[in-house]
Amino acid sequence: MMDTVAVDAGTRNDRSRPRFREQLRVNGREHELDLDPRTTLLDALREHLGMTGTKKGCDHGQCGACTVHVDGRRVLSCLTLASLVGDAEVRTVEGLEATDGTLHPMQEAFVACDGFQCGYCTPGQLMSAVALVEDEGCPTDRTQVQEAMSGNLCRCGAYPGIVDAIERVRDREVAR
Amino acid sequence: MKPFVLLPASGEAEAAASVAADPGARFIAGGTTLVDLMKLQVETPGTLVDITRLGLGEIEDIEGGGVRIGATVRNSDLANDPRVRERWPVLSEALLAGASPQLRNMATVGGNLLQRARCNYFRDVTAACNKRSPGTGCDALEGHHRGHAVLGGSDACFATSPGDMPVALVALEATVETLRADGSTRSIPIGDLYVPYGDDPAREHVLAHGELVTGVVLAPSAWAARSTYAKARDRASYEFALASAAVALELDGGVIRTARVALGGVGTKPWRSTEAEAVLVGDEATDAVFEAAARAALADARPRRDNGFKVELAQRTIIRALRTLRERAVEEAA
Ligand SMILES: Cc1cc2nc3c(=O)[nH]c(=O)nc-3n(C[C@H](O)[C@H](O)[C@H](O)COP(=O)(O)OP(=O)(O)OC[C@H]3O[C@@H](n4cnc5c(N)ncnc54)[C@H](O)[C@@H]3O)c2cc1C
Ligand code: FES
Ligand code: FES
Repeated sequence: MMDTVAVDAGTRNDRSRPRFREQLRVNGREHELDLDPRTTLLDALREHLGMTGTKKGCDHGQCGACTVHVDGRRVLSCLTLASLVGDAEVRTVEGLEATDGTLHPMQEAFVACDGFQCGYCTPGQLMSAVALVEDEGCPTDRTQVQEAMSGNLCRCGAYPGIVDAIERVRDREVAR
Repeated sequence: MKPFVLLPASGEAEAAASVAADPGARFIAGGTTLVDLMKLQVETPGTLVDITRLGLGEIEDIEGGGVRIGATVRNSDLANDPRVRERWPVLSEALLAGASPQLRNMATVGGNLLQRARCNYFRDVTAACNKRSPGTGCDALEGHHRGHAVLGGSDACFATSPGDMPVALVALEATVETLRADGSTRSIPIGDLYVPYGDDPAREHVLAHGELVTGVVLAPSAWAARSTYAKARDRASYEFALASAAVALELDGGVIRTARVALGGVGTKPWRSTEAEAVLVGDEATDAVFEAAARAALADARPRRDNGFKVELAQRTIIRALRTLRERAVEEAA
């Protein structure tokens, strides 16, 4: 179902187009940006803020690689216009680790459970997994965890490790 | 993507007037259909009017146990609303069977109602498509049409109506409320919202350009509370329906008092089957009756070269949904 990646060169350099100033709050920091209205949140993060952790897979909502949190909810940054984010708080994979560099428990669990191979889908998987465990109430049933993660495709097929990692963090949260 | 101007709207009336005044303007809600189609240049709006900050994001209780669902309520919030789960379970199930958690967090009720066809030729600006460019022909006739409709449509276009939620709302006989540019409002029974495009496939519904969907109203009933959604697709999740069924039954002992059957994935609009309902009502809830109803629902199907499998698949999907309801009734009685 995946399409080829469309490179939207027009959104970057063309200064003759209408532009707007956007305050974007990402991982607790304010950024002032001068953007073409066509810029997606994904391109704003990667091309304008240099935060390349969030990945572009399909650019059409079909793979989940671009998953970030906007006001605590996981969404697809490739189908989100940066100009419509407003004053919402954006959280990306760069915002998961602690300020001292300690990995987020979900990142640790992905490492421990072989939750990735090439790593391309991993930032999106992590953001979905964190939303699932922190905000959505992670299901106890493995098939339901798989369903809850179905919006993130993995070309390498690391799915079993990903679900293992989520169950590990879920069970630790429950134990706390 | 073509350049566009983004207009903030401070109220519903202003939003409707702005879009109505400009043929190249579009409302944008979750953007999951529109931004995708803009990247493909299938949609090339010169103006976008953001309707997500108009205060249409609430689900209100109304008299008699019904609800009014604001047009920009997100699909995930609607699916998880306790009232919806209890009084209209088919709606919650249909929403949760659609797209992915991320998309459901973005997608709105109004946008879901008006999402566009997933036909590959509609989405490819180099292909012939009467829906996108009237008069150019239909490349699906000879091309890939395994996913296309077997009910409704014509040689001009037989793209499937892709949504899940609209199928549930058709079974539930929801009412769609709109606001027009002149300030007038109307309440449209959802059965009258969609047109089974024949000669003019560009027209999918009866709304005027700039007519804003403000909400959807649901009334409670015994049958609505006994409803379910079944969906068959090429993979277990995150995929559009090949066939789906929204069904509701009110049972009195073993006898069916009321029935609602609507089909997705097989029609050029969310397809209500009063034929199937007529077979069910007054009869016993047996497999034989379910099978007869399923046959009636697909009696007018017109399969083409590659989508003939949908006829039986849709029948089986209807039967599966009806059996689920029968099982639930038995469990409740026990
Ligand atoms: C990869 C992928 C998989 C998907 N899978 C499924 C699936 O399995 N099942 C399913 O049902 N759907 C599926 N969808 C479609 C998804 O449900 C729709 O894109 C979504 O519901 C559209 O809502 P939105 O708010 O994002 O609409 P938008 O993109 O904002 O708008 C869609 C259209 O509706 C118009 N509009 C929006 N709101 C209003 C309003 N209030 N009044 C008048 N006009 C309005 C817009 O102008 C636009 O033309 C999928 C989408 C993607 C990208
Ligand atoms: S990049 Fe594939 S869903 Fe956004
Ligand atoms: S680890 Fe390679 S795509 Fe998922």
